[in-house]
Amino acid sequence: MRKVLVFLALVASAFGADNGQKVFDYWCATCHGPNLPGTMALEAKYKGAKPALLTERTDLLPAVTKTFVRRGVSVMPFFRKTEISDADLDALAGYLARNNKAPSR
Amino acid sequence: MLPPGVNAKDFSDALKQFEEAVGKEWVFTSDEDVALYRDAYSPFWGEPEERVASAAVAPYTVEQVQAVMKTANQYKIPVYPISTGKNLGYGGSAPNLSGSVVLDLKRMNRILDVSERNHSALVEPGVSYFDLYRYIQERKLKLWVDVPDPGWGSPVGNSLDHGGGYLQPMYRNHFDSHCGMEVVLANGDVVRTGMGAMPGAKTWQQYKFGFGPWIDGMFSQSNFGVVTKMGFWLMPEPDAYLTGTVTVPKYDDLIPMVDILTFLENSGVSNGMPGLGSPLLGGFMMPPPAPEVTALLSKPGGSAASPELHQYAQDKSIPFWSCTVKFYGPAKAIREQWEYAKEKFSAIPGAKFQDGEFYKLPLTPDQFDKVHKPEFGLPSLETFSIGARSPINPTPTNGHIWFSPIIPRTGEAVLEANKVFSQAARDFGLPILSFSLPSTYWMRAFIFIFGFPITHDIATNKKNRESFKQLVRIAGEHGWGEYRTAPAFQDAVMDTYSFNNHALRRFHETVKDAVDPNGIISAGRYGIWPKHLRGTKA
Repeated sequence: MRKVLVFLALVASAFGADNGQKVFDYWCATCHGPNLPGTMALEAKYKGAKPALLTERTDLLPAVTKTFVRRGVSVMPFFRKTEISDADLDALAGYLARNNKAPSR
Repeated sequence: MLPPGVNAKDFSDALKQFEEAVGKEWVFTSDEDVALYRDAYSPFWGEPEERVASAAVAPYTVEQVQAVMKTANQYKIPVYPISTGKNLGYGGSAPNLSGSVVLDLKRMNRILDVSERNHSALVEPGVSYFDLYRYIQERKLKLWVDVPDPGWGSPVGNSLDHGGGYLQPMYRNHFDSHCGMEVVLANGDVVRTGMGAMPGAKTWQQYKFGFGPWIDGMFSQSNFGVVTKMGFWLMPEPDAYLTGTVTVPKYDDLIPMVDILTFLENSGVSNGMPGLGSPLLGGFMMPPPAPEVTALLSKPGGSAASPELHQYAQDKSIPFWSCTVKFYGPAKAIREQWEYAKEKFSAIPGAKFQDGEFYKLPLTPDQFDKVHKPEFGLPSLETFSIGARSPINPTPTNGHIWFSPIIPRTGEAVLEANKVFSQAARDFGLPILSFSLPSTYWMRAFIFIFGFPITHDIATNKKNRESFKQLVRIAGEHGWGEYRTAPAFQDAVMDTYSFNNHALRRFHETVKDAVDPNGIISAGRYGIWPKHLRGTKA
């Protein structure tokens, strides 16, 4: 049974479970890298109140990342599961939340 | 949602067979998953007419595609193949016929062969331009891929839709640069075209035609089969790149300028994608015009042809037109080619010249950051800066569609088309520029490309759709036809290709009935409807 689960996980993620950064580099960085349209759009939106680069954010909850990937915003389309699988999206959302401060209790 | 004409039991049985063929994980039926196949730039967004899928199935191999097609054919399930599904502005990943099952080929993303000696590649539909570029870079091959502006699309899908890029003419026409196909037919049979039809031939990516009728064109902008492999010719990395710009002073100078450009291109002297501009009128990729020019253009009866504007240009010594010619090749040779181009353009009195960029290739990292990447075979998404939020565009739209008619490659046609489209823009209240210059993707013809914004406001989208259809009609009356369009307008465009009582469409329908008698593949795509739906649409 364990073997079956491992196999399914491999099938579901093209990048591996801990490879959120690879998912980001492959799918997101082409528009959300430095000086690229996604980054410039966020710069125009936040005007310095938040970092324009997603990789520098400290407030991106995994649910927020997932919503934007599956719903899109403005000219950014949503992504299908054959592009970014649920497993890849988990890894990506985890990567973008890596610098988040622990929630206050 | 059920596919039209299919009962719940048959659909359920077919979905089970799809699951057996590709694995349960790769058949999508939940509303949440199927919604990801909506066209993000749909001009019908949120309206009952929006074209949406009933389900999606994502095979991984050609054998799985065959199995899916056999099942679909058995149960008469309409399927809609997509490659990477990034055909934004032209339909995205949504079907023409609502209720179709999207056949999502994204998982078929194998680069099967890249030959540095033959300068060619063989790829599956799910391979993106980024994938192919990265593959080549990792292996340090001296090959350039001709990429369209957004690099996340598929060479297979883009060329089948007649997309274009920016390198030498034979490469920037993406369908022209393909060599050999593999196609799964509606009944699940597999065909290879050209030399691919000969078992053991080593020339599938070398000679396009094989023997007998060349049928590759029938699988582009159509619905006669599912393309599962395609070969492409790639450009050898050139030694150097050079640009130079000529400016000419008068309105009428556009006519000889275009003729000389056409001579230079058709002779192979200028082999990059030229850029037409107007230093006087400004516009896309040019500095904005002087306020006096804007005032002259926008006054009643004002136009680019007005004598006052001409006088203003003469007084201020601002050239009316510019043309930037581009060259790839050996550094010494292309400098000579630019000299020759200058000689030819000097036939126009008052022509002036400016040397442009010169790069010895490959680009340095500094140069890489500055250039328009597709002109160097570099995939990118930088083009989305046009529509994305920015200081000059604080309230971005939700996408765009393109109105893109083919017009003759003459100065006269450019001037006439501007008169016609400016009038239409005034009539319909459209924000079309007061003067537009055509793009030069295709070697032998010009193409105008006008963007229409897509919003999530139904009234605005409705108005834009109506204007779009009127523009298609008006252009058609002048003999200017769309080269490609979103599903919402494909019937309207096909209607304009009406010679001899729509003989071309009738021929398409004859072929459709013969190769896909149950009409399961991409019903309605490019205006080709299967027999059982013919007459109920458009």
